[in-house]
Amino acid sequence: MTFSTSGGPVQALAGASLTIAPREFVSLLGPSGCGKSTLLRLVADILAPTEGRISVGGEAPVVARRRRVFGFVFQDSTLLPWRSTLQNVLLPLEIGGNARRGRADALELLELVGLRGFEAAYPWQLSGGMRQRVAIARALVTRPQVLLMDEPFGALDEITREHMNQELLRIWEATGTTILFVTHSSPEAVFLSDRVLVLGARPGRVKLELSIALPRPRDPAVKETVEFARHTAALRRALAGEVAPK
Amino acid sequence: MTAAAVAPAAPRPSRRIVRRCVLPAAGILALLLAWEAYTRAFKVPDYLVPAPSLIARTLVEEWPTIRRNVGRTLVEAVGGFVLGNGFAVLLAIWFVHSPGVQRVLYPVAVAIRTVPIIAIAPILVLLLGNGYAPKVVIAALISFFPTLVNMVRGLQAVEPSALELMRVLSANRRQIFFKLRLPSSLPFLFSALKIATASSVIGAIVAEWVGSDTGLGYLIIVATFEFRTGLLYATTAVGSFLALGFFLAVVLMEKALVRWKPETPPP
Repeated sequence: MTFSTSGGPVQALAGASLTIAPREFVSLLGPSGCGKSTLLRLVADILAPTEGRISVGGEAPVVARRRRVFGFVFQDSTLLPWRSTLQNVLLPLEIGGNARRGRADALELLELVGLRGFEAAYPWQLSGGMRQRVAIARALVTRPQVLLMDEPFGALDEITREHMNQELLRIWEATGTTILFVTHSSPEAVFLSDRVLVLGARPGRVKLELSIALPRPRDPAVKETVEFARHTAALRRALAGEVAPK
Repeated sequence: MTAAAVAPAAPRPSRRIVRRCVLPAAGILALLLAWEAYTRAFKVPDYLVPAPSLIARTLVEEWPTIRRNVGRTLVEAVGGFVLGNGFAVLLAIWFVHSPGVQRVLYPVAVAIRTVPIIAIAPILVLLLGNGYAPKVVIAALISFFPTLVNMVRGLQAVEPSALELMRVLSANRRQIFFKLRLPSSLPFLFSALKIATASSVIGAIVAEWVGSDTGLGYLIIVATFEFRTGLLYATTAVGSFLALGFFLAVVLMEKALVRWKPETPPP
């Protein structure tokens, strides 16, 4: 994947090859500027690859996008400030043309993300963590097969983040979607994932693939185990020296 | 120190009324009293600077005349406001969807902006006659440009991630416009409309100076030439109240339509 910039073309990704199984939770881990967000945007057909091929359940990303296979959660919640919580969650259905049927679904999802009772609240009335929950509910409302998350908890404080991680695992287990999760936190990646892919800096390529052999359902107490430490240490070693060039 | 001690306490309702209504009114009252006192103390002749009490009396005595003229100016100002802003909004929408058009027409808009309104008024009277048309066009011209600039900015002030979201949702151009660009432009649009209220009244009055037999502008000219300074001041005050009322109407409309707090408040 090559971008043309004012300073000439920049190769963001090269030789990044991966396969993700249905219902799998895979994290992409790497320093900023390693192309993990680019990879996520290629999968979602927000960007088109200059080279290479992506297949989503046997379909090209553009076909999958039009079939509404994806839910996308951005780093900032990207809620529309003039819409209430419920209206924000209903947005994907409105665009798909079936908002009326989806109201019950939307309320159920707000229940799932723990925001029942906040349907009428506007984004400015919600905390950062709550906004991200709304964004997750919005991404899930189309019942996507694949949930793409671009550092969704990167802007949250650590206490909220830890709580949101647990919530996400619960939601993932309840909905059974495939999740591709971008992060630059090794503990977060280990805690959440079935598999972690470490991307090296520009151009991004897969440096390490690590299966996380920790039992599920996972509890924050798992972070105090030797196994957890061993996994994060392996990721840390792979990341060492991978500082993105400015 | 506790958090409660740091956070400013919510003012009681009665104090809010004092702060928001009584204090500004007291400022204006003080100004009028000082004016009245000055004209009396220094015996300023009425034809130079009439006292506020005289202006008020004139306003009451001449009200039938003023009322006949204020309606005309109001129609011209509102007509120009609707025309100028409507055209500016449509042009902004066109600009945002076709950058080529923007490149061609933006300099034209700037050129129109640079023409002094007072200079163009006689030309428009020549072209459009003595009726409503030249006044409406001048009021429209004067409110057109700020709205165009703000609306273009507002329509473009959409977060990149919001556009990516619309892409993932496979939204079409119409949906992106109505569900994203238009609502996010409203705070920008209203900050321009608020400027346009006062300027469209000014535009109508200036246009009436050039060629007219009714309207506040006409009345101002007549009062000046006949040295009826009380009437001149009274008419000016009415023009100012007209603009103020117009402004408040737009503010109310904004309150009804823009009920969220914009993340980046427009300038």
